[in-house]
Amino acid sequence: MTTRQMMFAGQKKFTRPAILIAFGVVAAGCATAKAPDTTAVLTTYADVAEAMFGDAISTAGNLQVAIDKFIAQPTDANLKAARQAWIDSRPSYMRTEGFRFGNPEVDDLEGLVNAWPLDEGLIDYVDTSSYGTTSDANPFYTLNVIANKELQIGADKVDATVIDKKLLQSLQEVGENEANVAIGYHAIEFLLWGQDLNGTGPGAGNRPASDYDTANCTNGNCDRRAAYLKAATELLIDDLGTMHGIWASDGAARQRLLKGDAKEGIAGILTGLGSLSYGELAGERTKLGLMLHDPEEEHDCFSDNTHNSHYYDQVGMVDIYNGTYTRLDGTVVSGPSVKDLVAAKDKAVNDRVVAALATTSKAMQVLKDEADSGKQAYDQMIGADNAAGNKIVQDVVDGLVGQAHAVEAAVAALGLKITVEGSDSLDNPSAVGQ
Amino acid sequence: MSPKRLALGLALLLPAAAVFLIGNSLPARTDDTTQIHKRNHDIKVIRDPALGEDAVARMENVIGQSIFERIWVSAPSSTEAADGLGPMFNARSCVACHPGGARGSVLNKDGTMSPSLLVRFGRNDDGAADPIYGHQLQTDAASGVPAEGRFTVTYAKAATKLADGTVVELQRPVAEVANLADGPLDAATRIGLRLAPAIHGIGPLDSIPGETIIAAADPDDHDGDGISGRVSWLDAEHKTFGRFGWKAQQPTMEAQNAHAFLADMGLSTPLFHDAYGECTALQTACRSAPSGASSQFEALEVSSMLMKVLDRFVGEAVLPNGPKPRATTDEINQGRNIFAAAGCLSCHKDSYDIVWPAGSTKTRRISPYTDLLLHDMGDGLAEELNEGGVKGAEWRTPPLWGLRWAVDDQGHASLLHDGRARNLLEAILWHGGEALPARDHVASLSAADRQALISFLSSL
Repeated sequence: MTTRQMMFAGQKKFTRPAILIAFGVVAAGCATAKAPDTTAVLTTYADVAEAMFGDAISTAGNLQVAIDKFIAQPTDANLKAARQAWIDSRPSYMRTEGFRFGNPEVDDLEGLVNAWPLDEGLIDYVDTSSYGTTSDANPFYTLNVIANKELQIGADKVDATVIDKKLLQSLQEVGENEANVAIGYHAIEFLLWGQDLNGTGPGAGNRPASDYDTANCTNGNCDRRAAYLKAATELLIDDLGTMHGIWASDGAARQRLLKGDAKEGIAGILTGLGSLSYGELAGERTKLGLMLHDPEEEHDCFSDNTHNSHYYDQVGMVDIYNGTYTRLDGTVVSGPSVKDLVAAKDKAVNDRVVAALATTSKAMQVLKDEADSGKQAYDQMIGADNAAGNKIVQDVVDGLVGQAHAVEAAVAALGLKITVEGSDSLDNPSAVGQ
Repeated sequence: MSPKRLALGLALLLPAAAVFLIGNSLPARTDDTTQIHKRNHDIKVIRDPALGEDAVARMENVIGQSIFERIWVSAPSSTEAADGLGPMFNARSCVACHPGGARGSVLNKDGTMSPSLLVRFGRNDDGAADPIYGHQLQTDAASGVPAEGRFTVTYAKAATKLADGTVVELQRPVAEVANLADGPLDAATRIGLRLAPAIHGIGPLDSIPGETIIAAADPDDHDGDGISGRVSWLDAEHKTFGRFGWKAQQPTMEAQNAHAFLADMGLSTPLFHDAYGECTALQTACRSAPSGASSQFEALEVSSMLMKVLDRFVGEAVLPNGPKPRATTDEINQGRNIFAAAGCLSCHKDSYDIVWPAGSTKTRRISPYTDLLLHDMGDGLAEELNEGGVKGAEWRTPPLWGLRWAVDDQGHASLLHDGRARNLLEAILWHGGEALPARDHVASLSAADRQALISFLSSL
């Protein structure tokens, strides 16, 4: 997928460091409605999270059923069904991404399920003419767990005769390199699709079903490939269960929000929405690939499903701001929201956030429609010499940036000042040691 | 290059204690892992907290970090906007030499040589390029192009005695080039080693007003304090001066970044247009290798748009707080006083008031501990190469901020321009020339005072 080196290990934790909240005097607001109780807002937030992660487990369960069926009968039809189940499992997970960046418990677990980008040569065979055989940044660039029953990890030889959950967990971020993604949605995606070797041309990965056919095995080690896929899917469900658990009544995230400083909790909601909007989604996942015109920078690159992954990130952010989520079974989780808080404090600011969310949603819809219609996939839209495609993607970036600005205004309106931890050595020569 | 006899009563004891090889992907290992520091912190840089939360700026910073971490590929490739590595190069990414944005170590964690150490070439008189190999030894190359060669480093050991009787063993690296692809170096070419510095704080250093730096220079030592800092003028008219690099050869952060793309990675930028990087006209295979420059991207391998976000990331990078000093506050303060009493502040100027970032109206005090001037550091640190016409014994005062991340829990580090100093005391003891009195002051300290000084430096 990509050879980008992630030497800033733990970047997601460290480049968006601990948040210190300062409470200034709130400017006289033009209150238009009674402000909801902040605890009620936080409760809704946790309820929405619990419901969203619950649905993510449910659709991942469907994926597991389809994968088990495919492994038992590795036919083209069953592979197609498994791929469709993977695509169908993504919306409910992507909607939860708005809970990242504001909740340390989520950030700690996120890498287990959605780590990206990855050096897929760690997992299975790759096309070395495009992928290469070595990386000076990653000694495990072509480790190929599926083909090797014994793995050399530094000075140690690791027995990989049996591919199970424990082995895969031990390989996640091996060598402290974040590109070594052994588990999660994108590892499974690669195992179902294989590499997308079409660049910015049409087409996704095209792994044959016979890669899992032990009777008629292509590319070798079909039994081990199946074991890998099975274990990775089981782990995904385990890890989603853990992420769901932190929002349960006794879960760590819910407990922190309800027992901690309420304003800090509210600030966390907005920090999550703002950070996902610009740094992560607008920046790293979208604008970077657009600037480089590089399909390797595509989020769901094996499956060409990036348009959906972007789209449902946005849908989830709208849900979180509104404090309303319609579950897969049709039931609605709803309650006092951060939107109500902002509206009560300053109607104009809330209007601005709502409008900005709508603008982004509209741009996302255009992106999704373009890809769903079959006109062009996301990796084609970011190609060079494709002004029309580039513009569709740039509109998404612009929308997200505007949305982030609006969220900043909401932070200010609520009298929350979000600042990041300082660096003594630059600012204050006398601070150290005094 | 033969090791010179060191000044200051250092006696050469054991030459060639360990041999390292760099280049051509040959694994280079050493049995003597005590030789050079292997960092045990995973270092990160963060975006300067003073910069606020402007969404576009944050996004560009994140993208710039991705460019900093990006592993470039040789042309031709499927990504025309972002290929063109080489044809000859030292590393494939910025982060390969500046791990986590921090200063490089001579050794990787696994004991192999890191790409952070490279060989610079220049004539002994004016520092002019080697006619074949240019200004730098590129140890790797795109397929079909020979790498220039590789180099070995051997260590000559010497010892010095402090006033309290403590004997400190010092090691001096001696580099030799080998496996040269196009014949021997020119007879007048000399070589020097350079270790990649940290990137943090470069933006603020870039914003120190030039007048302030120039005003602190005293090339003829008119004030008679024994310190004669010299501005690294890059032109005869004294319009431009260098403030970045071990020899202060790059005038701005942007130039430093672009030069790293050119010399270390073989990538062309708006400042340095040559897609063939640093290879000379005599290196025909390199000159005729495919270029990554595409007409729709300004005929450059790194377009101005990519350069802009990379410059933003580097210019905004600072180190996070921590690790917490192990020493007590009292000891650190005592060390601070000793640092001043020894005269270290004459060159390691502590603080500046700057207006940064651009467009800001607020004055901000920074403490980099450098005057960004060139000083004669004596024979011990001298090399025969006169890079850019800067004398072999002259070095730019390196900033000291961030030492708390450069020194590990055991006090080990890879310090000075070639990583020879394995800890702060060794780095101090290598000081000579203008800094000799300060060095001698430290050598005469009691063990407790010496430790206090080290504790202070380790807290910066």
